[in-house]
Amino acid sequence: MFLAGWALLTTLPLLWAVLSSFKSDTEILTDPWSLPSRLRWENWERAWNEAHIGRYFLNSAIVVTGALTLTMLFGAMAAYVLARYRFRGRRIVYFAFVGGMMFPVFLALVPLFFVVRNLGMLGTLPGLTLVYAAYSLPFTVFFLTAFFRTLPTSVAEAAMVDGCGHFGLFFRVMLPMARPGLVSVGIFNFLFQWNQYVLPIVLMQGEGAEKKWVLAQGLTALAVNEGYRGDFSGLFAGMTIAMLPVIAGYLLFHRQVQSGLAAGQLR
Amino acid sequence: MPGKRLFIAVFLIPPLLLYGIFVVSPYAQAFQIAGTNWSGLSPTYDFVGLDNFQRLLSDGYFWNALRHNGLLLVLLPVVTILLGLFFASMISVGGRADRVGVHGVRGAGFYRVVYFFPQVLSVAIVGVLWKEMYAPHTGMVNGFLRAVGLDGLAVAWLGDPRFSFWCVMAVMIWMNVGFYVVLFSAAMQSIPRDLYEAALLDGAGRLTTLVRLTVPLVWDTIQVAWVYLAIIAIDGFAIVQIITDGGPSSSSDVVGLRLYKTAFADGQFGYASAIGVAMFFLTLTVAAMFLRVTRRERVEL
Repeated sequence: MFLAGWALLTTLPLLWAVLSSFKSDTEILTDPWSLPSRLRWENWERAWNEAHIGRYFLNSAIVVTGALTLTMLFGAMAAYVLARYRFRGRRIVYFAFVGGMMFPVFLALVPLFFVVRNLGMLGTLPGLTLVYAAYSLPFTVFFLTAFFRTLPTSVAEAAMVDGCGHFGLFFRVMLPMARPGLVSVGIFNFLFQWNQYVLPIVLMQGEGAEKKWVLAQGLTALAVNEGYRGDFSGLFAGMTIAMLPVIAGYLLFHRQVQSGLAAGQLR
Repeated sequence: MPGKRLFIAVFLIPPLLLYGIFVVSPYAQAFQIAGTNWSGLSPTYDFVGLDNFQRLLSDGYFWNALRHNGLLLVLLPVVTILLGLFFASMISVGGRADRVGVHGVRGAGFYRVVYFFPQVLSVAIVGVLWKEMYAPHTGMVNGFLRAVGLDGLAVAWLGDPRFSFWCVMAVMIWMNVGFYVVLFSAAMQSIPRDLYEAALLDGAGRLTTLVRLTVPLVWDTIQVAWVYLAIIAIDGFAIVQIITDGGPSSSSDVVGLRLYKTAFADGQFGYASAIGVAMFFLTLTVAAMFLRVTRRERVEL
């Protein structure tokens, strides 16, 4: 059956990486298809500490937490104003945000590097956080503007009559009502930011920057280095550590993840 | 209303500032830098007009990379969409009719979950994983070939200029198919079941049903899929850089990687920006051409 064949083709490589993370280097070198003779957690320990996967993991977590918060807050604020208020220049602002979805990122890479350098934020976590958030805004604003427009106006009017100010209305009434939209776009942004590779390799270079590397970048550097040192089991362990949390999270929330990503592509 | 202006300003200015500094200004500067011979390190640079673009025309490395992007642009969407349609139709209507009518195969939910795995992993993980898969001695690909007695086929996949590019393309297809299976099968869910039953009564086989019935009904989704795969094909930077770094001897180079190396390895920032600008206009051209070609009548239900 073709279906089962492709299912094998998607799962076997992942399974192979997990199994190889428990093997010794000799086992890996002699037969790629053999099973590990015992569970060697020390490979994971080595990857986590000596190969600094632990540090990269932490950096990724810090950057994505900050960037995701900022993206969702700023995105919701801008989208709400654009969807619910009439003012001069509204359309221009909207198209300025949405237009950002259409350009390939690598057109901006060279100037972006210098913008961040001139701000003194090259190779720093706050710099990367701000850039992640900025590049997540176009889609977030686009998606949430459409979402805020669908919310009923009657609730907002009722709250206004009850003496609720603009700020109170947004934070206490509209944000809770927009929850389903926020969750979809949040999942999309989380994956976009957690899996980001191009932005960090451009922005996290220079003196001492390798301490600030994020997971995606640290892993590829590990692949290059381990190739020379011959520590294959360490590399597979690092890969597994990077892979498992995402797969586990996906398995828990697969419905939301799929619909979130599908919404993202059908923009 | 009092406070309305203040509210709008407070809510709009911070996001606009962030966006303006990190997104709008780099895009605008890209065009300006493309007209200079700036090397990044020197504070001064000269405006050289269109020289960079002239140099681009005679740059063999650029054309070589562009040719690979062209191949990707044609093959990646075709293969991915065909595989996606095939699997999606098997999943959602592959189980043939019985007493309850046409429905999906058993385990449809399982397939949808599993096919999506590569999509949630970062390109870094996928790249490193496949680099190891293709490894000549320790890789799973050659391990499999030796196990089934095809030792002659167990070659250094990524080390051979004849294969490296195709190996990378295979990975790009591998990582994208799952998403389009999910997308297409969602689109197919909305097709009324009785249409399939009617087709079945008329004696249409699976293939005929797929080509004559399903494809026209999900045509809009196919168009969207095409646009996104084209964008992936024009870029392709990350996966190529991780798996082969464009090698051996530029046999798997793509334009995005050329730009990156020109800027951050050779320090020719002006020229690199010119590559970016050229790609920008190429992207626009491709998009415009695509819109003209796909104007096909929509099927109303």
